[in-house]
Amino acid sequence: MFDIQSFYEAKSVEDAIRALSQDEKAQVISGGTDVLIRVREGKDAGCSLVSIQKIPELKGVELTDSGDIKIGAATAFSHITNDPLIQKYLPMLGEAADTVGGPQIRNVATIGGNICNGATSADSASTMWTLDAELVLEGPEGERIVPISQFYTGPGRTVRDRREICKYFLIRKENFEGWHGVYKKYGKRRAMEIATLGCAVRVKLSEDKTRIEDGRLGYGVAGPTPLRCRKAEAVLKGSRVGDMEAVERFVETALTEVNPRSSWRASKEFRIQLIGELARRALKEAVERGGGIMNA
Amino acid sequence: MGVVGKEMQRVDAWGKVTGEAKYSADLEPRDIYHGKVVHSTIANGLVKSFDLEEALKVPGVIKIVTCFDVPDCQFPTAGHPWSVEEKHQDICDRKILNQRVRIYGDDIAAVIATDEVAAARAARLVKAEYEEYEPIVTVEAAMREGATPLHPDIRKDNVIVHSHMTMGPSDFTFEEGLRQAKEQYGEENLVLVEADYDTPRISHCHLELPVSWAYVDVNGKVTITSSTQIPHIVRRCTAQALGIDIGKIRIIKPYIGGGFGNKQDVLYEPLNAFLTMAVGGHPVRLEISREETICSTRTRHAILGRCKGAATKDGKLLARKLDAYANNGGYASHGHAICANCGNVFKDLYQDELGCEVDCSTVYTSSPTAGAMRAYGIPQADWFAECLTDDLAEKIGMDPCDFRLKNCMGEGFVDPANGIAFHSYGLKQCIERGRERICWDEKRKAYANQTGPVRRGVGMAIFCYKTGVYPISLETASVRMVLNQDGSLQLCMGATEIGQGADTVFSQMAAEATGLTFDRVYVVSTQDTDTTPFDTGAYASRQTYVSGMACKKCGQVLRERILEYAAYMLNYAETDLAKTIHGGTVRQAAGRMREALGLSAEDQITAEMLDIVENQVVVTGGAPKLFDVAVVAETSVYSLDRSQHITAEVTNHCKDNTFASGCCFVDVEVDMPLGLVHVKKIINVHDSGILINPKLAEGQVEGGMSMGLGYGLSEEMLVDEKTGRVLNDNLLDYKIPTAMDVPDLDVEFIQLEDPTGPYGNKSLGEPPAIPVAPAIRNAILHATGVHMNVTPMTAQRLTAAFKAQSLI
Amino acid sequence: MLKIVHMTVNGTWRELAVDERESLLDTLRNRLGLTSVKKGCEVGECGACTVLVDGEAVDSCIYLTMWAEGRSIMTVEGLKGPNGELSPIQKAFVEEAAVQCGFCTPGLIMSAVEIVGTGKKYNRDELRKLISGHLCRCTGYEKILDAMERIVEEVYRTVNEEQT
Repeated sequence: MFDIQSFYEAKSVEDAIRALSQDEKAQVISGGTDVLIRVREGKDAGCSLVSIQKIPELKGVELTDSGDIKIGAATAFSHITNDPLIQKYLPMLGEAADTVGGPQIRNVATIGGNICNGATSADSASTMWTLDAELVLEGPEGERIVPISQFYTGPGRTVRDRREICKYFLIRKENFEGWHGVYKKYGKRRAMEIATLGCAVRVKLSEDKTRIEDGRLGYGVAGPTPLRCRKAEAVLKGSRVGDMEAVERFVETALTEVNPRSSWRASKEFRIQLIGELARRALKEAVERGGGIMNA
Repeated sequence: MGVVGKEMQRVDAWGKVTGEAKYSADLEPRDIYHGKVVHSTIANGLVKSFDLEEALKVPGVIKIVTCFDVPDCQFPTAGHPWSVEEKHQDICDRKILNQRVRIYGDDIAAVIATDEVAAARAARLVKAEYEEYEPIVTVEAAMREGATPLHPDIRKDNVIVHSHMTMGPSDFTFEEGLRQAKEQYGEENLVLVEADYDTPRISHCHLELPVSWAYVDVNGKVTITSSTQIPHIVRRCTAQALGIDIGKIRIIKPYIGGGFGNKQDVLYEPLNAFLTMAVGGHPVRLEISREETICSTRTRHAILGRCKGAATKDGKLLARKLDAYANNGGYASHGHAICANCGNVFKDLYQDELGCEVDCSTVYTSSPTAGAMRAYGIPQADWFAECLTDDLAEKIGMDPCDFRLKNCMGEGFVDPANGIAFHSYGLKQCIERGRERICWDEKRKAYANQTGPVRRGVGMAIFCYKTGVYPISLETASVRMVLNQDGSLQLCMGATEIGQGADTVFSQMAAEATGLTFDRVYVVSTQDTDTTPFDTGAYASRQTYVSGMACKKCGQVLRERILEYAAYMLNYAETDLAKTIHGGTVRQAAGRMREALGLSAEDQITAEMLDIVENQVVVTGGAPKLFDVAVVAETSVYSLDRSQHITAEVTNHCKDNTFASGCCFVDVEVDMPLGLVHVKKIINVHDSGILINPKLAEGQVEGGMSMGLGYGLSEEMLVDEKTGRVLNDNLLDYKIPTAMDVPDLDVEFIQLEDPTGPYGNKSLGEPPAIPVAPAIRNAILHATGVHMNVTPMTAQRLTAAFKAQSLI
Repeated sequence: MLKIVHMTVNGTWRELAVDERESLLDTLRNRLGLTSVKKGCEVGECGACTVLVDGEAVDSCIYLTMWAEGRSIMTVEGLKGPNGELSPIQKAFVEEAAVQCGFCTPGLIMSAVEIVGTGKKYNRDELRKLISGHLCRCTGYEKILDAMERIVEEVYRTVNEEQT
């Protein structure tokens, strides 16, 4: 049994916002794989829970008329991975989702929870950064769209108000069409892990596959929040596929943009080693996915 | 042999796959109260007072007891048989709740409430006022001049025990050995290795938490159902803790979800007993959470081994030295025995021409308590011995497998200190087999002179392991068999099933010894100290050897009793049996028998002329068949002339021991930039005598190997040196291998009959966990030339080492 | 406060009064006596409490009972045949000696039900990933994977034979 004050199953987004507004101790719960653990630890003991698990509009993946992709915030990771649209347009996100915890967790834990809990280690976050995902939030004051780059304010902190519901993520066509990417998770085990480091690389190759027209690099656990390395991306932009010097410059530049810390889970030095090595490997695989040959 | 040696299905598999097998928590009565332990939030100090006001206000709280309420009885917790010699008794160094706090998370109070949420809430609200001392978390800190003694009533400083032992002359010292070696072989012909090899504190991670529930029965007995490996020892220690007579305590042990040594210790049963007594005998459950289990039960000792070794350049091992320092945490538990065990195997495993010197110190610190864990100090001993061995071989430039074959303990080895011998010796055969299976010679060559960031290597390690605890401690086990009216039997073992398959192999032995078929043996899986016979429990890989011998002897007695009764029936077929339902059958059988053996009607048939084969009473030699044992069984119970309940109970006081041995070979790929070790192939080869059940034996080895993989690569309890607090007290941060972290596991056995085992068997349960970590370490050495002297060899440690050597 | 929930448990429609603070694990064990659902960590890290909710494996220790409203729950108790015979998955676990202490077994069998239910063929490495949410300290997973491989193969063959 969990030490909670009350439980309320919201019938709609509006209903959830109302319930959250009425009770200052209320917080949203979706898959529950983070919230219930905090309750058990005593950190959030005594809180009231407003569940959004049974609101159909928050689930599922769809292609909008303009060709963008909408991912319901309450979509469970395994449902993202198995979704045909994700497999077709955003396989990288499906793969990142498939690295979270274990299968049972992935059947209930949601992408909305993963992003909204503000953790730097969230496996979907670095990929979402490289996709320039936008969060659609709704609260008592109405709906707003927040680009992921403006969402995080610090470790475990975001711009989301306690009463706001993250409804869905919007990923624009221009951010995935023609792009290829790879997410590399590094954990101490091969499953049931919080990332020691997560690295997401996306590239857009020239038609003849010899040039990197554009590139993106996102990290988890390389700083207090998930982040993008825009200077490193600039280094990559326009470089020749297989230009190993450019790759090294890309990695070196990335290292100037990150800010990993030492914790008992891993030392700063080790994280830095991972930051460089994973970027190299993710870039190589991303280019190869795009049809380029890295070591030509 | 018939059923012994066959791959019988586990007797408990059906119950376990249907979920119908009952574990402790599955048997709780309704309306049980919930107990919750309050743990200290300091690592070293004294509880001065409590403020319980807020905690008592929580609705549902029945009672809160504190360290000021418990009996003033210090008690031991180690799962050892009690010693009737005072100087060999376990150390009594804790109370049910402790005012003197020695570890972070020490047990200082407990809440009893009607539900778990109320209990947890109240436990959070209990306020303790402390007098705080500086935590002394490491061995170094605890041994420092002026360090606060944690148990001044027991030891003047923090050293629980120091043992010094030698192989060779009793006054042998390594320095003396080195002097002799120089004299004998010349300094230029010697190599010397000096290194510190370190091991981590680890957690058992049995899947079932330590859970118990207790009530006071109508006859006044404090009755505790508990997930334990050692019900009879728990009974004794609980009585000691409460200061009451042992007969007043009853322990019931149902199925248990793993123990691995943690439950070879008295954990929270005494507190659970105290809690029910505090509420008038109402049932109280005490479930220890995963976090509490990791921090506040027991761990495997972190032992540092300072090693030296000397050999000649042509590969003869001359002398070694081990200085071992074991961090025992706040309480003695088994600690005094484990480090000495570690030192013993270090010196036994190789033949040092001149001698071996070992010093072992076991030290109290303000950190989690260390106790028994699978293989009892030997994984550490093997880490030291096998790192040192490879380092010596490398320095000599000799193949490490050849070096081992030349210097390892040999056939006929007897430990001069305690007389333990190899009664059957398969170590070298194991090595040869492993060498062949891993393709050692080819790969040692193929992997030489590699360059590049990803490299391959092969490595190995050997080990030996005793069977049971004789002569260091008492070995005793009892078994009872009761014949049912249908010719089946109940097998009541004092020994415990803890997942290893004990119930199944004992059933096989009972069938073998009685002549009944396997399906006629009903093993009573639950041990209940009121009804099952005495046995010290599951540990030391002792049960198939010690309790198995009791089972064999008991089966033989039962068989004799059945046959004595059968002989009576055959002799009195015409009289006593005449009017009974089996009269005709017996009369005909007697006729067949007399004819076959040429006996006259007056000649007495004796039990010696009879035997039991597959449930049939037969004439010795197998023919003719006479009648089913069921005929004897039914008659013996209900006979109007001679009713006799056929049972047997035997105690086996074992005064023997034998070494098992074996090795592990691994082939690894090391991805240096990421510090990743991929085990491409791994094989354990074991010399455990004749296997009672080869399929279950394989399962034991595979489980041990995965534990060894965790020990080598990922498992380590992290304790903050400033506060004594465990940082990774959950299964997410404490890394036992998942299915994705374990490669295919290869297992082989060299089956040689051991004359001292009941069916040629010797220890198997613990050994598989021993050699894996050093084998991986030695493979990494082969692949990269880097000496990883600290396990676990995590990616962080590996990348740091590769950087230091400019390999990445 | 007690609340009424409705769910199908092992094929039977149930109306239950539960405390809204209960996990599904609590409800199944304490109200319905389904003690195959084991508690090993309470935080979704060990998998011992795995049950199927609408056919998907979840850790019942971190799944609120209130969420089960209208859903179908299955535990190992629901797998036996009408005459008490073992399901093919349970049989495979018994025959391949995949069981030791047995504490992880019911949960693993439920994941196996979800996995074989897909009718897909998986190789050993894929199976490793599919059962990676279950910790087992006894077996090294070797014989569990043997049982899984066998049952996946059996079901795949049956499905394909039916189709052809």
